[in-house]
Amino acid sequence: MKAEHRRKLSEWLVTLPSFVWLLLLFLIPTVLVFAIMFKPATPYGGIGEGWTLETFWTLGNPNYPAIVWRTIWLSVAATALCILLATPMGYYMARVSPARRRLVLLLVILPFWTSFLVRIFAWKVLLHPEGALKHALVFLGLIAPETSLLYNAYAVLLVMVYTELPFAILPIYAASEKFDFRLIEAAKDLGATSFLAFRKIFLPGIRVGLLTAFLMVFIPSLGSYVIPDIVGGPTSEMIGNKIAQRTFVDRNLPHAAGLSALLTVAVLIPMVAITALRRKESPKDALIEEGV
Amino acid sequence: MKPSRFPLIVTWAVIAFFYIPIVILVANSFNSSRFGGSWESTSLKWYIRLMNEPSIWHALTNTLVIAGAATLISMVLGTSAAFALHRFAGSKLQKLHYSIIYTPLVLPEILMGLSMLLFFVALKVQLGLATIAVAHVTFCLSYVAMTVLARLQDFDFAIIEAAQDLGAGWWTTVWKVLLPMLAPGILAGGLLAFTLSIDDFVISFFVAGPGSTTLPIKIYSMIKYGAPPLINALSTILLTITFLCVIASQYLSNRGRQAA
Repeated sequence: MKAEHRRKLSEWLVTLPSFVWLLLLFLIPTVLVFAIMFKPATPYGGIGEGWTLETFWTLGNPNYPAIVWRTIWLSVAATALCILLATPMGYYMARVSPARRRLVLLLVILPFWTSFLVRIFAWKVLLHPEGALKHALVFLGLIAPETSLLYNAYAVLLVMVYTELPFAILPIYAASEKFDFRLIEAAKDLGATSFLAFRKIFLPGIRVGLLTAFLMVFIPSLGSYVIPDIVGGPTSEMIGNKIAQRTFVDRNLPHAAGLSALLTVAVLIPMVAITALRRKESPKDALIEEGV
Repeated sequence: MKPSRFPLIVTWAVIAFFYIPIVILVANSFNSSRFGGSWESTSLKWYIRLMNEPSIWHALTNTLVIAGAATLISMVLGTSAAFALHRFAGSKLQKLHYSIIYTPLVLPEILMGLSMLLFFVALKVQLGLATIAVAHVTFCLSYVAMTVLARLQDFDFAIIEAAQDLGAGWWTTVWKVLLPMLAPGILAGGLLAFTLSIDDFVISFFVAGPGSTTLPIKIYSMIKYGAPPLINALSTILLTITFLCVIASQYLSNRGRQAA
């Protein structure tokens, strides 16, 4: 009985520091967002007294559905492209020699460690009207000189895929590495074509990796803000841009909180669904196995 | 049957896609022309001008102070969290503890940024370097905890019992056995925290106050309103530093693996 008590006490002692920190600075602030949504704004950017439904009604703003829709399609498209490119890469990396694998892994991880803003800026330079790519495309007659490569939704999508691809490659590679490739040989011996074996044996075999990749790309995509801010234009704004605009330009924190609450709900739905799916799949959590 | 070449082609095409913008950026930083379209002459003039920009040095100092503080605190909190998660795995408290540590890893940064801003405003806390450091600890903690937890998976707790059987007290066991054995994991987590803190823009931008400009905030305002060639030069310096660090750490960890 005494040993049991000591065990509980030491559990609380090592749990408390991180638990209290995250309770205070993560959980409570997240709940606070939903509360501040029902507070009035003060003219100088603060939070007023009393309660109001004013922010709640502004969520019916006629401009919002277009922005919400754009946020969703850009995130779905970015996630689909990332997974489409990362799956053959995971397959390749799992099959080559260890030395080659280390090299590819290093080349994938390097951009992941480099500054996020620098990587976005590199694309702004590349797509710039005075930049090399534009000149080359005009020279080849592929685009008209007045076409802008920057400041549209496709530029946003391209850079989203660029920055998020490593987050799809790493979990898919981790799952592929554990995949038993003899199963594919067996399928082929039994008469399956390469593609059929890939689709029916390999893809189900790396399901956990695919689900993690989906989660790691789709959810941050929904909250994109810097990418559409730098390479996008007024016609490619996402929810994140509106949140930032309400915070820094309009200085209306309750409105920013309202949009944030909307985004939180949008993010929680796929997150809870995928976590439940993945838990059913493997009781040990996938994230640890991948060593993220 | 010959294996399909398709995965090979996709892999190297993606790697080319990763590096082409970076190569062009670096090349442009040595171009004396203001716009990258044409090559005037090779020069270091943007680097020299960058060195004479005091606001960049100020921002860099802020960034390093914040990253240093955030890394140390998140290493302590993250390690104790990982230890709790591993040692008491399966208890109700740890299940809750795990979800509160895991969620910040996937949540969009803008949500964490705004929620912490609202929290600080509601408590009337003065925004500045301290609020940025506190916000950084909040997301770095989870990364450190996950990295150390991964190390703990291969940790043999029989060693702890052996130490205690041989008469080591609780404190001696922690300092002389547990921490030295976990040191590579804690350092790897710390390195990750440091890099993430140095690079963070979104969360810092939300909780920054007057005079607490960090390097990413400075770079952002240069991208939005400033001179592109200066950012090319600054980016090249940052890229060189990160590339060298990553290659060195890969080399060291590969060597460590071979030695073991």
